[in-house]
Amino acid sequence: MSVAGREFWRWSEGSWVDPDKDWRRAEVVTMGVDVGSVSSEAVACLDGELYAYNTVRTGASSPDSARAAARGVFEKTGLSAEDVRFTVGTGYGRVNIPFADKAITEIACHGRGANYLGGPAVRTILDMGGQDCKVIHVDAGGKVTNFLMNDKCAAGTGRGMEVIADLLEVPIEELGPRSLDIDEEPPAVSDVCVVFAKSEAMARLKGGWSKNKVIAAYCRAMAERVSTLIGRIGVEPEFFITGGISKNVGVVKRIERILGVGARQSAVDTQIAGALGAALFAHTLYLKGRKGAGP
Amino acid sequence: MIAHHGYEDAEGAFYIVIDTGPCAGCADRPCVPACPRAVFVVEEDPYGDPVVAVDGARRRTLRDACAACKPNRDRPPLPCVAACPGGAIRHTW
Repeated sequence: MSVAGREFWRWSEGSWVDPDKDWRRAEVVTMGVDVGSVSSEAVACLDGELYAYNTVRTGASSPDSARAAARGVFEKTGLSAEDVRFTVGTGYGRVNIPFADKAITEIACHGRGANYLGGPAVRTILDMGGQDCKVIHVDAGGKVTNFLMNDKCAAGTGRGMEVIADLLEVPIEELGPRSLDIDEEPPAVSDVCVVFAKSEAMARLKGGWSKNKVIAAYCRAMAERVSTLIGRIGVEPEFFITGGISKNVGVVKRIERILGVGARQSAVDTQIAGALGAALFAHTLYLKGRKGAGP
Repeated sequence: MIAHHGYEDAEGAFYIVIDTGPCAGCADRPCVPACPRAVFVVEEDPYGDPVVAVDGARRRTLRDACAACKPNRDRPPLPCVAACPGGAIRHTW
């Protein structure tokens, strides 16, 4: 749905380069590419440290999405594919990344990436992706000790939030703040199915609810749903949230309230956690291979 | 690593939980042939150890795949759970 061609679900693509680092001085440049169901990210690391990233919307072709994500990093940094020593692919499309040297599951990559972004104290990671939701426990090294994933239902995922943004004709970036701009917390909409939640949201709008109140009800439903998922394996502080919905303050605040645990903050966009973990794995694997090859 | 393979929806949570610690040390993996619906596969975990996992194609239909082993009455021990020498497998439903 759109108003005058406007697509409210469209989130912003973006890129970033660390201005204090120079890849020409690095010994080893590695890359991680996460081709997810909704977004694709490429991250470049210099000697195992985050250097640059690029986020694009995933298209119909995983190889093309991976290339587009990587191209953004190359264009912003001046790097070329020949400069990258090792690339790890992850995410749904990980087996379809033609330039990847190895594919690693997104569970392991998110664990490693969150460990880097949130620090070694992070023990529980909630990844709210485009079309799935994962809860991961890690040790101090970022190694996964317990995980659970649900990708059968769109409720509690980014896609569900996109549907609500389009339905209410509210830009997706505004959903979080607007969900907190209410007089009183409403009951959650159906937290079972995004299709039913959409119908229910429409019914409540017709019943006189404001858009903000409907958004709040949907954010609450999403928070309740993922909190149930977290409850299956428990939450051990420190708690860290990754994925696109980590940018939705309305969902994050409600999850924190339900769990009674604050989420650790990161200065870097946590949507790149999977690709970052992949780039860090790439660095480890490259060094391991070089060591194994001998002098 | 405790791996939850499966899904949850409006009808419940349907996960097969595998403790890959004892699983990685098991050479025979009798749980794989014990499953009449071929739910299990052996694959490399993210850290390079071969372990038993649920076949990706079965992950979202586990409730149906396991139904034959879960009659409402006189339920026998689940073949996969009974076959695992390390007690590494459990079902959440």
